[in-house]
Amino acid sequence: MAFIFTEDQAQFRDSVSRFLKDKSSTSEVRSLMATDSGFDPKVWQQLSQQLGMTGVHMPEELGGAGFGPVEMAIVCEEMGKSLYCGPYFASAVCAANALRIAGDELQQETLLPEIISGEKLACLAVSEGRGVWTDEVFSTTAKKTDNGHLLNGRKRFVVDACNADTLIVVANDDHGIGFFIVDATAQGVSITALDSMDPTRKLADVQFTDSPAQRLNNSKPEQLRLLVDIASTALANEMVGGAQTLLDSALSYTQLRFQFGRSIASFQAIKHRLADLLLELELAKSAAYQAAQTLAGSALWAANGQIAHMDKVTEHASLAKAAASEVYLHTALECIQMHGGIGFTWENDTHLWFKRAKSSEVFLGTPAEHRERMLTALCAQSTDLRNSA
Amino acid sequence: MQSTPEITQQVHQWLNENWDPEADLVQWRTLLAESGWGAAHWPKDYFGKGLSAEVSAAIEDVFADFGAVGTAQTGVRMLAAATLLEHGNHQQKRQYLRRILTGEDHWCQLFSEPGSGSDLAGATTRADLDGDEYIINGQKVWNTSAHHAHYGLLIARTDWDEAKHKGLSYFILDMHQPGVEVRQLSQMNGHASFNEVFFTDARIPRENLISTAGNGWQVAMTTLAHERRSFDRSRENKRVKQKGRIFVELKKELDISNEPYTWYPQRAGRVDLVMQRAEETGAINDPVQRQEIARLHILSESAKWTAQRAKAAQKAGKPQGPEGSLGKLAASEIARLAARVHTNISANDALLTGPNSVHDGVVAEILVSVPAVSIAGGTDEIQRNIVAERVLGLPKEPRFDEGPFRNVQRNSAAKDPSK
Repeated sequence: MAFIFTEDQAQFRDSVSRFLKDKSSTSEVRSLMATDSGFDPKVWQQLSQQLGMTGVHMPEELGGAGFGPVEMAIVCEEMGKSLYCGPYFASAVCAANALRIAGDELQQETLLPEIISGEKLACLAVSEGRGVWTDEVFSTTAKKTDNGHLLNGRKRFVVDACNADTLIVVANDDHGIGFFIVDATAQGVSITALDSMDPTRKLADVQFTDSPAQRLNNSKPEQLRLLVDIASTALANEMVGGAQTLLDSALSYTQLRFQFGRSIASFQAIKHRLADLLLELELAKSAAYQAAQTLAGSALWAANGQIAHMDKVTEHASLAKAAASEVYLHTALECIQMHGGIGFTWENDTHLWFKRAKSSEVFLGTPAEHRERMLTALCAQSTDLRNSA
Repeated sequence: MQSTPEITQQVHQWLNENWDPEADLVQWRTLLAESGWGAAHWPKDYFGKGLSAEVSAAIEDVFADFGAVGTAQTGVRMLAAATLLEHGNHQQKRQYLRRILTGEDHWCQLFSEPGSGSDLAGATTRADLDGDEYIINGQKVWNTSAHHAHYGLLIARTDWDEAKHKGLSYFILDMHQPGVEVRQLSQMNGHASFNEVFFTDARIPRENLISTAGNGWQVAMTTLAHERRSFDRSRENKRVKQKGRIFVELKKELDISNEPYTWYPQRAGRVDLVMQRAEETGAINDPVQRQEIARLHILSESAKWTAQRAKAAQKAGKPQGPEGSLGKLAASEIARLAARVHTNISANDALLTGPNSVHDGVVAEILVSVPAVSIAGGTDEIQRNIVAERVLGLPKEPRFDEGPFRNVQRNSAAKDPSK
């Protein structure tokens, strides 16, 4: 299926882009990354309520805009470009979709409107190991009690846990694994911020000790896979946005910088590498857009007609994650190199994107892990399905 | 003006009345050329109907659905036609275009030289006016199908005191004359798809100059622009399975025109064979091999989607983004990686070419053909210059070839033809 953004989508991108240019300048990013919460509640309120970014992919009856993953991916790409600091990925992408997938009607109606409006923040706690989500063995347990569950265990690398009102936690129960809602202020919940090389993405460890929790009633173990696909697709789109900013920066700096009487962008040693970066980036963009498009055909969003095969969804999501991770980091490293000495200074902005590139590369699994995940999904498909895109 | 359905209906009607699978191929195509339906997007005065490319494509669909043979649209002859239509004079168009459509004449391109490949405008083949004839001396190379060709599209230098691009002229050369010698050029993969062409006092009548003397580079740009629009052979190739005398003749023609291209799929790396080979050999169970196979899958899928994005944008009338200029570089990357993956999957079996080889030696043919992808039709290095300068807007390369071409430094090994 050929991919092209519609006029409406292009207009939506424009308005998101204008907003973020205004509200998420690098000086803003620098001041926010030095704070504990890492975001500006006023800007969050505007982007949620005035621009509807937090609910763009959510159903209208819950207060969303009724669009899908392609629009969500547009927001992520633009946020990646400006290195927006805020709980969009944690709350709107991971937690809200987890509630949609695993919550019953009542739970969705109770919890989602406030998350969609941005008044409440939520996060998704999955990893107990290296933060890769895909090969986790869970030891967190949910013990059934008379009026709910009690959680025990420790979650690692939870994005924006420090800012969350509500945590959605993956834990073992009688059905295998399930999703559980915990109030951040509940008894026995201990959230410890982690010092990270990338201060634009706030990570925390979360300890649960007999913490009261409510099970999401439609929880099924296989739902985690779709959530990994959604998160990977969103992150891939964020990453190609970030890589675009880095490429633009390298293009502009190398043309301004004169050595040996000519702009360094006139040397083939530089211009050929910039051409290669453009190639890599455009390929990764195609992959990220395709992943969003395929996800839009999954059961969660497909309005009618054919529903995309889950193996196709996973194949494309992990393909995009692996491709975008490598391109983002490569572009960041090349951008530093092309800046020369100044590129290694704190004052120059390149390192902000380099650090986000690094944290995105390993978050949800390394490129090698996603290549393996993609190939497994590809091999699971029949030959007919493999050859149709 | 008629609507497209009305026109296609008319074509259908015309085919009903005229199509005969037992006809002689050239006779049928002559009829087609005279009717204007064989090249409907050409002007009315020259065997066409003056219709748009879209309508013309719809007409080709009618031919395909009907199972009727169309005009000869393969090979360099279509580049010759496009160039003549844009730059030729009335006499030249009348003389050559009909026999291009009927397939009676084969054409070849005489552009590249041993001393000017990437730098095409640095051609040093001479064309010296002597009365009413130009005398041609020099050498061309990489000439596909020159050994079958009746005519060649030649760029040669007519003025050595002009700047490089301004001293070139464009000619139609009769290949069947004593001063023209064609030698097949063998490639490292054992095929011989190209030729070298040597000129020793070959002659071109003055009326075979296309456009004006010194305007050869502009004319050559038209030819090259059409070269980039590749022709889809699959449709014609499917037709030859039909019954009738005309299809026997068509098959003969296609066998000749397809012959130089049999190794092209291998040149592209045969990504389509990778999963099959990985399953046959068990490489699919090896974690290291899986990583490389996955990398290849990511690259080739991303390139496919990128091409689709470009096409979709073009169809929607959007200005072309960078995604449209990257296909050739992507193809080189894919081919190189595919060759590596095939090598790792097949190991020593990749070497075999004889009766004991895998899939008729196709893996070996991939390995010895892939190096051509990043050279033919503009090297990767030239492509990167183009992308950097035209797409990214970076500064142009500094030039050392301005002023009279006579004074420009050239390959020192070759005998200097300007003297």
